Amino acid sequence: MRTLTIAAALALLATVPLWVGSTYYVNIASQILLYAVFALGINVLVGYAGLATLGHAGLFGIAAYTAARLMNAGADHFSVAVAALAATLAAAAIFAVLALRGTGLGFVMITVALGQIVWGIAYRWISITNGDNGIAIKGRPRPFGLSLASPAAFYWATLVVFLVAVVSMAIFVASPFGASVRGARDQPRRMNALGYHVWMIRFLAFLWSGFWSGVAGLLYLYYNQFVSPQAVALTASAEALLMVISGGTATLLGPIVGAALVVIMKNVASAYIERWNFVLGGIFVLIVVFMPEGLVPGTARLGRWLLGVWRPRTVAPAPRS
Amino acid sequence: MTLWLVLAINSITLGGLLFLLSAGFSLIFGLMKIPNLTHGSFFMLGAYLATSLIARGLDFWTAALLGGLLVAAFGGVVERLILRRLAGAELAQVLVTLGLSFMIADVCLMVWTGDPIRIDTPSGLRGATSVLGVGFPTYRLAVSLIAVAFAAGLWALLDRTRLGAMIRAGVDDAPMARVVGIRVSRLFTIVFCLGAWLAGFAGVIGGPILSVYPGLDQEMLPLALVVVILGGSGSLLGSFVGSFVVGFLYNFGQAMFPELAYVVLFLPMLIVLVVRPQGLFGRQVI
Repeated sequence: MRTLTIAAALALLATVPLWVGSTYYVNIASQILLYAVFALGINVLVGYAGLATLGHAGLFGIAAYTAARLMNAGADHFSVAVAALAATLAAAAIFAVLALRGTGLGFVMITVALGQIVWGIAYRWISITNGDNGIAIKGRPRPFGLSLASPAAFYWATLVVFLVAVVSMAIFVASPFGASVRGARDQPRRMNALGYHVWMIRFLAFLWSGFWSGVAGLLYLYYNQFVSPQAVALTASAEALLMVISGGTATLLGPIVGAALVVIMKNVASAYIERWNFVLGGIFVLIVVFMPEGLVPGTARLGRWLLGVWRPRTVAPAPRS
Repeated sequence: MTLWLVLAINSITLGGLLFLLSAGFSLIFGLMKIPNLTHGSFFMLGAYLATSLIARGLDFWTAALLGGLLVAAFGGVVERLILRRLAGAELAQVLVTLGLSFMIADVCLMVWTGDPIRIDTPSGLRGATSVLGVGFPTYRLAVSLIAVAFAAGLWALLDRTRLGAMIRAGVDDAPMARVVGIRVSRLFTIVFCLGAWLAGFAGVIGGPILSVYPGLDQEMLPLALVVVILGGSGSLLGSFVGSFVVGFLYNFGQAMFPELAYVVLFLPMLIVLVVRPQGLFGRQVI
């Protein structure tokens, strides 16, 4: 049953450009996938490590800006990608060392400040980042000689990266390291007493999350062939966090559903509603107040509840915490 | 020489505005442990409301007080209806206040359009005053004085009154304050409204200097954050010192390294975080 569902989902995803119709929707599907990679990366910190971040658009932007600069300097695509990811990891390490001085609110505040520094550099350091005008690149990469210029080709390339991300996340969650990350979230003291280095676990989780943010940043650059300070702004970090929270933290499917929700809302709804930011803020408030655990677990709970009402109860319900 | 003096007076003025903004932020953060990311929006909302009040024929100071009061009422509603339900859920509070700030920004854009609006300097304070042979803009001096007066007033409120003693008790140990019979829940509303009022008022009196434009909220919020992280949450002295440090860093940074102004601003904060995570005047690690 499970394998069948996964196979059906894969077949559905792989054939999107064939049945979805216009290239407009193919492009939206590509955006959903690239933001899903970003959201999966943030979910490592927000969901599994329990550290809410509002600075990951900074890492996303560092990858995009590094790649754009190097590409315009004439480097080939492979070394550009490697250098951009290396730069993102280095930045993530610095971010992590500083931000992990605090947990909880302290962590959020420091990530906000770090994200704003990156934004300030992107916006103000004009000789490096071209300021508000942003940096444009000439064309997408051609891995193994395949052109990614058409929307469908780019979609398939993004899908491959996305699937690698999902599989590696599934492996991460099931691995002993994934378990120790969750342990550090729920019982940091006990983990410490058991001999785990809680700080190091969080640090590595930060790097892992930063790596996928960098990958998403690269995809973003290739998709738009342009990067500007807007991609690094606090709003971008907040949107990414909304994707994770709205879908459901610490689930594999949640961030993907959340990314789809936000991208579709943003693209489709903004064609009809002028006040996109108002809607985004409103969704934030409503989800937090009424479905604090996110859409995927929230809907699952609703489903269970409906089934429970429908079916005659045989056992006493578990006491609610 | 004159350039440095002008920069210095601008820094002090900005520091004064930042103090009004961050004192409330710091108290809310210290007492309620709520990272109120709508605080920048309160600042902007106060300024926008005052422009409308002034357009209806009110004079500047009435508009400043009234604008602040409207913002305080709004803050009270937010605290009672939304934040109250989320006590202790930090992530939820971050998200809700962030969501609210997006909504406020968008409503302001809709109501007051995207053009910057300038608030006229009140007539009595136009022109320049000569101090020690150097001419200073009178209004900036007045703003600095107002900030200092407010600092003294807030200090007296916190340090010399019964209410202040209760607030300090709440900041130090809220559960214990509850046990000895202090109604911490009512304190929360009072402090939140007071913080919102200060932010709104600061927005209005900052109007003649900064003017009001979309994005002002996102510009002021990180500054308030830096002040609180530098000074330590819940500490009035911390916000006071932190505000002027940030005011100087921001103005001098912009004049000397215009491309790196933000780095100059955030770097000292990072150093403080690494050396003294609780802030310069904070008491315990958050």
